Amino acid sequence: MTRPSPPDPSVDLTKNGLAVTVRNLSRRFGEFVAVDDISFDVKKGEIFGFLGANGAGKTTTIRMLTGLLEPSSGEGQVGGFDIHKDYEKIKTRIGYMSQKFSLYDDLKVVENLYFFGGIYGLSREHIRMRVAELDQSLNLLAVADRKTMSLPLGFKQRLALACAILHKPPILFLDEPTGGVDPIARRYFWDLISTLAGDGTTVFVTTHYMDEAEYCHRLSIMYKGKIIEMDSPSAIKKKYNSVSIEDIFIKLVDR
Amino acid sequence: MSDKAIQVTGLKKRYDSTSALSSVTFSVEKGEMFGLIGPDGAGKTTLIRILTSLLDPDEGTCRLLGISVHEDPKSIRKIIGYMPQRFSLYPDLTVGENLRFFADLFRVPRKERLKKTEELLEFSRLEPFVKRRAGALSGGMKQKLALSCALIHTPEILVLDEPTTGVDPVSRREFWSILKSLKKSGVSILITTPYMDEAERCDRIALIHHGEILAMGTARSVIDQFSGSIFSVSGPDLLGLSRWFKRQLRSDQVRILGDRVQLNLFSSTEKNVSDLVKDAKASGQVIDAFGRENPELEDTFITLIAEREKRNDQTISS
Repeated sequence: MTRPSPPDPSVDLTKNGLAVTVRNLSRRFGEFVAVDDISFDVKKGEIFGFLGANGAGKTTTIRMLTGLLEPSSGEGQVGGFDIHKDYEKIKTRIGYMSQKFSLYDDLKVVENLYFFGGIYGLSREHIRMRVAELDQSLNLLAVADRKTMSLPLGFKQRLALACAILHKPPILFLDEPTGGVDPIARRYFWDLISTLAGDGTTVFVTTHYMDEAEYCHRLSIMYKGKIIEMDSPSAIKKKYNSVSIEDIFIKLVDR
Repeated sequence: MSDKAIQVTGLKKRYDSTSALSSVTFSVEKGEMFGLIGPDGAGKTTLIRILTSLLDPDEGTCRLLGISVHEDPKSIRKIIGYMPQRFSLYPDLTVGENLRFFADLFRVPRKERLKKTEELLEFSRLEPFVKRRAGALSGGMKQKLALSCALIHTPEILVLDEPTTGVDPVSRREFWSILKSLKKSGVSILITTPYMDEAERCDRIALIHHGEILAMGTARSVIDQFSGSIFSVSGPDLLGLSRWFKRQLRSDQVRILGDRVQLNLFSSTEKNVSDLVKDAKASGQVIDAFGRENPELEDTFITLIAEREKRNDQTISS
């Protein structure tokens, strides 16, 4: 049996150069409206940042777009697939990394890589080649035989990223990827993300760090399930006449 | 009585072959908020563990309000409140029970305890959640509870190790306004943080790297020590531009921001920006605009560390 070859971000899977389209998407939990009628598009190769306080609806949105949660109403496509019908197919087109790195702490670095590669259906030979390729920018193999739990946080973060992009997903979801990571490791991480985006990967990211908003091409600010602002960082700063995205954010949500 | 809240002199600590702290000296005034910033492994936590009497230094002294940490750890524990990096409350106990537990641990008399608990619940706005289990609190509320527990014995010095990591911006602001009111009431605060905007809210900061203080002073004065220049370059192909500049400079001098490539030209960089831009254009890069940007604290931080490492490399190779 031949294994499926992994998707390549240079292949355009999306219509009109749009990687994600969302129209009037809502999700209710009983009486509570977690996501309330949001609409947006994300272009191929774009870094799209989702800002919001805890409970604003960021993670619920990501879970709907990654096929983990059925929307209550509204439409959406991710990588050309419908979020209502094709949620299993969506999973083959995306990479997902969350703040709670879903790595196995008692596995070695290299074992985590092979484990995740295996889940994506990659052959051992394929994983070996891909890991060698990723190692040029991620520098993981130097500690290949270390137990994952013994690594510094910045390292775990890079390993989690490697596991999320082993199968070359055209769309990458990052849910608060840099919590607790020091400034140097954060810069390094964002350099990798910018490079991926420059090569055509679409990146959908949520963050608590307002200074990271600067790395995004476009931002959307969520508050109580709604998108209350969406534009490029420079346009938002101009509109509110402030140099600090954080100050603008606080002004918008703390009312 | 010494007038310094914290006086650290010539502190050294090694673990096996690695030096965690190499001769660290600084002081914190009474009522001052002092920030320690540095990457992981810089020695921040080692320093805090020594200050809080949890670890002995190899050399050097630490005095809190004039009292030697090494000679009189018991008195030290009465005057400091310590909030460790990891959430260390009992998730199965309620908010009220956690406060009670810490009050008993610090032998706070019953009468005082009731008054103090009320006061802490009020200023942390945790009153409505007093019967909720700590494990079921949100991230921001957990941090406020941990802070309240660290304050139960009314310490004069508060030591906080990355208290707001992973907490959302709204809760972070609230936490800082609580710290500000504590400072106003005369509490001296030593805080570590990876957030540069928080560092800027401290009265003074120290940048620490490989167990050594690289810069110290107000955030403004530390930024002013930045001797290089920051430029931004924009064009249609930012990735191509950044790759080109990375070949000319060190890779940590180049980063892509959403709509531009930012260059950090250290003072030791031999090439100037107009020559670089000229060369880039000559080799086929399209540049629409370039201009100077103001350095931020993070730029100073990254630069000081990079230049220090460069110097070390040179020492090793020579």
